[in-house]
Amino acid sequence: MKPPKFSYHRPGNYAEALDLLDQYGEDAKIMSGGQSLIPILNMRLSTPKHIIDLSRIDDLKGIRQEGNMIVIGGMTRHVEVENSDLIKKKCPLLFEAIRWVGHTQIRNRGTVGGSIAHADPSAELPCVLTALRGEIVIVSKEEEITVSPEEFFLSFLLTSLEPDQLIKEVRFPIIHESCGYAFEEVARRHGDFALVEAAAVIDVDETGRISEALIALGGANAVPFIPEEVERFLIGKKPDETILKEAAVMQLDDLDPEGDIHGSGEYRRHLSGILLEKALCRAADRAMEGVEI
Amino acid sequence: MSKYVGQNVKRKEDYRLLTGTGIFVADIRLDNMAEAAILRSTYAHAKIKNIDISKAKEYEGVIDVVIASDLEGKVKPFTEFVEFTLPSNLEQEIKPTIKRNPEPMLAKDKVTFVGQAIAIVVANNRYLAEDAVALIKVEYEPLPVLTDPYEAKKEAAPVIHAELNNNIQSHFEVKVGNIESAFRQADYTIKTQLKTPRVSGNPLETRGVVAEYEERSSQLQVWSSTQVPYMVRSYISKLVNLVEDNIRVVAPDVGGGFGPKCAVYPEEIVIPYLAMKHKRPVKWIEDRLEHMQSTRHSRDQVHDVEVAFKSDGTILALKDHFLLDNGAHNSFALCCAYNSAAHLRGMYKIPNYNIVGEIVLTNKTPNVPYRGAGRPEAVFVMDRLIYMIADKLNVDPIEVSRKNFIQPEEMPYETDLFYRDGTHMVLENGDYPEGLKQALNIVGYEQFRQEQIEERTKGRYIGIGVSSYIEGTGIGPHEGAVVRVDSSGHILAYVGSSPHGQSHETTLSQICADEFGVSPDQVTVKAGDTSLLPYGVGTFASRGAVTAGSAVQVASKRLREKFLAIAGEMLEVAPNDLEMKEGKVYPKALPSKFVTLREIALAAKPGPRSKVPEGMEPGASVTHYFIPPSVTFSSGFHVAIVEVDKQTGFVTILKYVVIHDCGRVLNPMVVDGQIQGGVAQGIGGALYEEIIYDENGQLVTGTYMDYLIPTAMEVPVVEMGHQEFLSPRNPIGVKGVGEGGAICPPASIANAVCDAMKPLNIKINSVPISPNRLRDLIQLAEAQ
Amino acid sequence: MSVFSIGMNVNADRIEQQNVVSVALNVNGEKMERQIEPRLLLSDFLRDDLGLTGTHVGCEHGVCGACTILVNGESVRSCLMLAVQADGCEIKTVESLSSKDGSLNTIQQAFANNHALQCGFCTPGFLMSIESYMKNNSKQPSDEEIKECISGNLCRCTGYSNIISAIKEAYSSKNSQ
Repeated sequence: MKPPKFSYHRPGNYAEALDLLDQYGEDAKIMSGGQSLIPILNMRLSTPKHIIDLSRIDDLKGIRQEGNMIVIGGMTRHVEVENSDLIKKKCPLLFEAIRWVGHTQIRNRGTVGGSIAHADPSAELPCVLTALRGEIVIVSKEEEITVSPEEFFLSFLLTSLEPDQLIKEVRFPIIHESCGYAFEEVARRHGDFALVEAAAVIDVDETGRISEALIALGGANAVPFIPEEVERFLIGKKPDETILKEAAVMQLDDLDPEGDIHGSGEYRRHLSGILLEKALCRAADRAMEGVEI
Repeated sequence: MSKYVGQNVKRKEDYRLLTGTGIFVADIRLDNMAEAAILRSTYAHAKIKNIDISKAKEYEGVIDVVIASDLEGKVKPFTEFVEFTLPSNLEQEIKPTIKRNPEPMLAKDKVTFVGQAIAIVVANNRYLAEDAVALIKVEYEPLPVLTDPYEAKKEAAPVIHAELNNNIQSHFEVKVGNIESAFRQADYTIKTQLKTPRVSGNPLETRGVVAEYEERSSQLQVWSSTQVPYMVRSYISKLVNLVEDNIRVVAPDVGGGFGPKCAVYPEEIVIPYLAMKHKRPVKWIEDRLEHMQSTRHSRDQVHDVEVAFKSDGTILALKDHFLLDNGAHNSFALCCAYNSAAHLRGMYKIPNYNIVGEIVLTNKTPNVPYRGAGRPEAVFVMDRLIYMIADKLNVDPIEVSRKNFIQPEEMPYETDLFYRDGTHMVLENGDYPEGLKQALNIVGYEQFRQEQIEERTKGRYIGIGVSSYIEGTGIGPHEGAVVRVDSSGHILAYVGSSPHGQSHETTLSQICADEFGVSPDQVTVKAGDTSLLPYGVGTFASRGAVTAGSAVQVASKRLREKFLAIAGEMLEVAPNDLEMKEGKVYPKALPSKFVTLREIALAAKPGPRSKVPEGMEPGASVTHYFIPPSVTFSSGFHVAIVEVDKQTGFVTILKYVVIHDCGRVLNPMVVDGQIQGGVAQGIGGALYEEIIYDENGQLVTGTYMDYLIPTAMEVPVVEMGHQEFLSPRNPIGVKGVGEGGAICPPASIANAVCDAMKPLNIKINSVPISPNRLRDLIQLAEAQ
Repeated sequence: MSVFSIGMNVNADRIEQQNVVSVALNVNGEKMERQIEPRLLLSDFLRDDLGLTGTHVGCEHGVCGACTILVNGESVRSCLMLAVQADGCEIKTVESLSSKDGSLNTIQQAFANNHALQCGFCTPGFLMSIESYMKNNSKQPSDEEIKECISGNLCRCTGYSNIISAIKEAYSSKNSQ
């Protein structure tokens, strides 16, 4: 289990990185944290001629607020998100979800951009980004574009990222302080890839009715899934248990999870309903805190 | 006498292992050392039409590429492992069919499982060796693949090894009493099928071999991550045709064994051969992907069983027909299969018993004994049956157990079976009803039953499951020890049984230290090196403490007696009037007039200054080979309390209790550690671990992402209690404990889950109880 | 032709020899520079090039945690890092834990006191994960937090209970110092 031969490039800024991508494109793989790529190399499932290591590009690192967005540089590591007060305060859903990513050793190396680009349908960050209707900023030598998760995630481990492009940053919309939020996940063992996961944000108005609902399910389809009917259904409703229970299973038929040895498609669909119910209930409880009716 | 035996003496092994200065096989680095990588079959069953190694041979840094034909006339093929063949009286008794089915070194004309070795590349380093492996082109012609043992044993099934005529490699039957008449007297019978899946022992250190040949003295030095260095030496000698004394096999620090490292593998023969061929050291370290495919797997039994019982719960008879899905080669005769047959009735009196075992070949990785070796399978069958009987009679399962226990006054209890070592299987002592009582006290059984009823009304599903085992431990044929005092007065104990986590250096030094009346610090234990003594067996089958411990005790005692005799000459005092303590020997009446162990050791040397009494050989060393009269039976109870999430099917272990009898406890900390670790592996087997092949014989669980080993999050702290019935079958009264922890968890947890879901009457007939499987069972039960 | 570039602004660091790169790093307090193949895993670099064989390799796909080391004070799986990526980093391995006189540090000692290791193969990885955890968390952790701290390390021998006890003891002896 040793990586095959490759040429190694470590650009010092992203103009250089884009030049290298432009030059090697198809023959190159971008290395961000390497926590998914290096196992793939060790197993020789991929044999790229060139590895472009983005770890020394400081422009791609950091967490900042820009208007109503939290902007996270593509090369920002999970551990930095985990330890960020800004994230904790402004993006609590992400803060809650990030601890589900692998184990400490993985979060110390793995990056936000890397996780998004890897596009594992059961990964936590794509699910949260999708729920929050975030944005992915992609650059190439030619242009810089901003895409939605729906445009970006195409299928299982497949994204719209072209060989000459890289993820510059990922933008998570800030949810209003009054919003309730919850991230729920189940895995066979702690730290394993999720069987399924659910992310939910709920806001209520002064009458205690739901004014906003943002939801995504991960691991239940080839890409993170937004149950839009559920979101619409919830608006204007009081978040009591019956309503949330009903909402959670409304769109299970739209899910088509892949089965594997850890759980069949049918089982994952079943779990999706349970997790969504849990996430909705917890998010609603949080939203109702401080609302006096 | 025993000042250190029985104490929590801290481990001597720890310092090096904590500071990173231990030496595992992969840590060995020699001048000019080459590294090997292996091309393994990607097909489960196929003819090899052609192997093109030309590109690999030309690749930079490549020293050699060998395939099966290159070994002809140089390395003989494996014979069956004689270490595992049946004693003649057992053979007479059960008249088994066992067909010869040894594994080839490298696949030649056909491959029979995914992961089988085809070619070995030797290069300047592992990176280059792997590059070259990727350049080898094998032309396969796929053959029909067999992955289901029931399909494989059909008459029309394709035959994996033509010379065997069919895929049933072994067959045997064991009969006790009169099964037919017992079934006629029964009030009830239950017929069911119970399955224990294929699992992998998965020590954290993979296998590995380093070999170096020194031409000047024709010495072949081999380091291998093995449980059985003597067996490795024996097969290198036989198959590469070398003088055995010219081979030294060392098992250095070994990173776990658990069974999979308990026999010889092709790499342990071919890598030494390649080191000799190229006159340079060669290292091969198995990587985890290779390990999952090529290190032998275990368990994988399906039992079709029928039990007859009376309405008061008395079990009258049990009949069982089971298949062991062995994979492509069986070199272990009836090892696990016969263990299952011998242990299936466990602690229960079942006077009429009939069991047929069949070892069936399929296109999977071969089988090996793994921690428990046939007992977890047997216990799963027996203890699930106890719960099914209780269900049928609508009584608490512990009542069924109590009804059928062998009673303490019936000890020693004749089982009317032969054990695998050819002796009568007689349980020597123990008090099973008391053991269960202790376990239920710790767990608070009655109170739990109350709580369970209350919680059920709140929609919470908790359950309790009991399982028990007996285990023949400390199997022979022998284990030896050399105990000597060197000229500096330091005591050395060399043993043939080499450890891989069992703490031999500590516990054996405790035994030796007590004999000499010194501290264990004054004793150095060495093991894992065939140059230490001429014969050795190994550490497996819960035998280390029983066999090596006894050998050390007897050798120490004899050397002590010899030293007293020499000291008697030195002090001109009768040995009986002498005392040995803290490294000194002195007359009981006059402690100030002493001689030290060092002085006695010097006086033991031959020559004019010798003080060795007449008729005694000079020398400060005694060798003893302990030959156990038979195995000694340890036993135990496991109780699991679990909670089932009815919606998701997830099982949480809330409490886990073990009561066990391993005879005299040499070092409680070490014994408890063995049990806790065994339970963790058992929990793996109960809830997480399963080797899965698809219908093409491709290994689906080939990585640690798919093969789920429990982490700290999944393993509870086990609460333990001890029974201490000293074994009369060895001088130190011990019984083996290494495997016990791993034997019961699949049964105790499955029983607890069924107990939790009793309102739905769910039957768990196979493990692991994955959330998906359990949820399906719940759903099915709810639909009814 | 394979090309190596280490940022176009650092030509001085560029190695002309094909497919060989230079790394300068600090390992266990010692500065060093080596020429290596870019594909060399950090775990192999430590073990084979530096002879620091205390870092063990158990799975090479980032699950077992046996190869855990500290990179700039953070626990990292050295089988999931290329040696070249450690250029400029400060590395600590199990060999750095005991003091110069050979005495064990708090967590090593707690492991010995609590029989927290059997075969010892996974132990260095555990020690390094715990070392990093203890540096970043001064407060005595709960049992759940302890379990989570070591959940990225597999042990096949101990069943973890004694490792948990060792961590608790290490915290109490650290706090009583």
